[in-house]
Amino acid sequence: MLKVEHLTKMFGGLAAVNDVSVDFEAGKINAIIGPNGAGKSTFFNLISGLHQPTSGRILLDGVDVTHMPCDQVARLGVGRTFQTTNLFEQATVLDNLIVGHRLRTRSGLWDVLINSKRLQREEKAARDKAMEALDFVGLTHVAGQFIADITQEERKRVAFALALATDPKIVLLDEPAAGVNPEETEGFAALMRKMVDNGLTVCLIEHKMDMIMSLADKIMVLDHGEKIAEGTPEEVRNNPVVIEAYLGGDEDAAA
Amino acid sequence: MLFKLGSLLMKPGAKMALLAFAIVFPFLADNEYQVYVMASAFVWAIAVYGLNIITGYCGQLNLAHGGFFAIGAYTLGLLTADAGWSFWPAFVAALVMTAVLGFFVGIVSLRLKEHYFAIFTLCVGFIIYLLIDKWEELTHGPIGVRDIAAPSGFGLVDFTETTPFYYLVLAFLVFSIWFMGRLSRSLLGRTFIAIRNGDELAQSLGINLMRNKVLAFVLSTTYAGLAGALYAGMVRFIGPEEANINHTFDMITYLLVGGIGTLTGPLLGTVGIVWITQSLQFLEEYRMIIFGPLLVILVIFFPRGITGQFLTWMHHKAQSLAPGKKRRESKVQTASAREAENNA
Repeated sequence: MLKVEHLTKMFGGLAAVNDVSVDFEAGKINAIIGPNGAGKSTFFNLISGLHQPTSGRILLDGVDVTHMPCDQVARLGVGRTFQTTNLFEQATVLDNLIVGHRLRTRSGLWDVLINSKRLQREEKAARDKAMEALDFVGLTHVAGQFIADITQEERKRVAFALALATDPKIVLLDEPAAGVNPEETEGFAALMRKMVDNGLTVCLIEHKMDMIMSLADKIMVLDHGEKIAEGTPEEVRNNPVVIEAYLGGDEDAAA
Repeated sequence: MLFKLGSLLMKPGAKMALLAFAIVFPFLADNEYQVYVMASAFVWAIAVYGLNIITGYCGQLNLAHGGFFAIGAYTLGLLTADAGWSFWPAFVAALVMTAVLGFFVGIVSLRLKEHYFAIFTLCVGFIIYLLIDKWEELTHGPIGVRDIAAPSGFGLVDFTETTPFYYLVLAFLVFSIWFMGRLSRSLLGRTFIAIRNGDELAQSLGINLMRNKVLAFVLSTTYAGLAGALYAGMVRFIGPEEANINHTFDMITYLLVGGIGTLTGPLLGTVGIVWITQSLQFLEEYRMIIFGPLLVILVIFFPRGITGQFLTWMHHKAQSLAPGKKRRESKVQTASAREAENNA
């Protein structure tokens, strides 16, 4: 599904991601863990095309996407969420989601001017898609609320829905459960399982170990930009290198 | 229910009433001067609509807007006064000129983000002013351009008179607002708003940043060119001062007061402030003593402008009558249930 070969990203003299190779299988939940500053978010930025790698290759379903611009990678089916999502606060949840399907539409300025059939068709499709995504994340009841008026947890779900509205094959979730309570965390875990059950591939960065250990099919551990371990939760949990990195490293990451 | 807000806004009644008022205004006005003031307010409003596209919807603070207004005015002025073109061909040329220049300035300046973009466009605006002021062979420099042609009236009306010109400007204003309404509700408008929310998020939604930003920029400069050309046809005499940066800041003020990123904001802000300024005219330079605090109060209490505040208020009113209420109750329930659990 997603194959990464010897991926390296240098920021000046610092290797934020250093020679990382990994293979994420389709239809699985793949987790990336590691202390703060291990290069996890940079790794996501490289895959989604936001940053250009210094060297290495990224293959999506066999297609080389290494040097593709971000918007093209998204069109090929890589959806993602960010740690914080800036939305249009004074617009409804639904209005914020409609643009998610924009990349599957082609209407331009001329269509707007003459209000073409194509524009009408595509706007309906985008609206339907937004409703479908809202339904998927269980937020149909807040569709008409302003973003400013919904809860933190609901905002996170809206960010999920926005990624889903792009019709992705794989979704990259950057700390989906950060800043939500344990009960809500369980809700997000269930949502990710539901995504996989619907044929998506999930890739997430997370610090909440309880959640990762019970949720992930496969875990990759990054430390100082390097992959130090990879495997099932069981294997990673008992890996002495990982224990060393965590105990000797950032305490807050182990929490 | 979801689209209640939309339907409130789009209430045809309110729009028709505004339009009707604009149509009968020349008959209600005490004198020709008032009609003239209103026509010039409409011209500025068209320019502010343009600024609203790139700055309000797309989120890029463009400080060269007054410069493009001047380019529109000068293109029309020079083509009619010096080259002997008649009004309408020169008018079209002014639109093409601002669109093409907008494209080239756009592809360079939009490589920069946020305040870098603002500073760059501030410089572009100033360079436009300098060019107009110093390139005397072309622009006549500080002397300005005189004897600009008025719109030819197709044999029926005489646009050198105030009232017919007022209706001409009104027609262009209505078209500008109509197109803006269609744009803002369309997928393209939503694309611009997504860019305003954040470059990275927009890109990861598959939006080509550069293409969409340049498109928004060209649309905005074309609006500025349209307004500038109408302005030149109205005052018939222009000078380098049209490119003064103060015009850009005036337009930003109109936009902020009316409501940035809203459909009726530019109109309300421009017409409102132009009339307030007019009615404070008797205070001469002291009018800023009233006008300044008024602006401060407005920005504090209505940070999203008059229209923005109104929309939020309407939305909350609609929500409190609708399912939102039920939801709030059920939330209270789950919260108290959670509390009970914790106590147990």
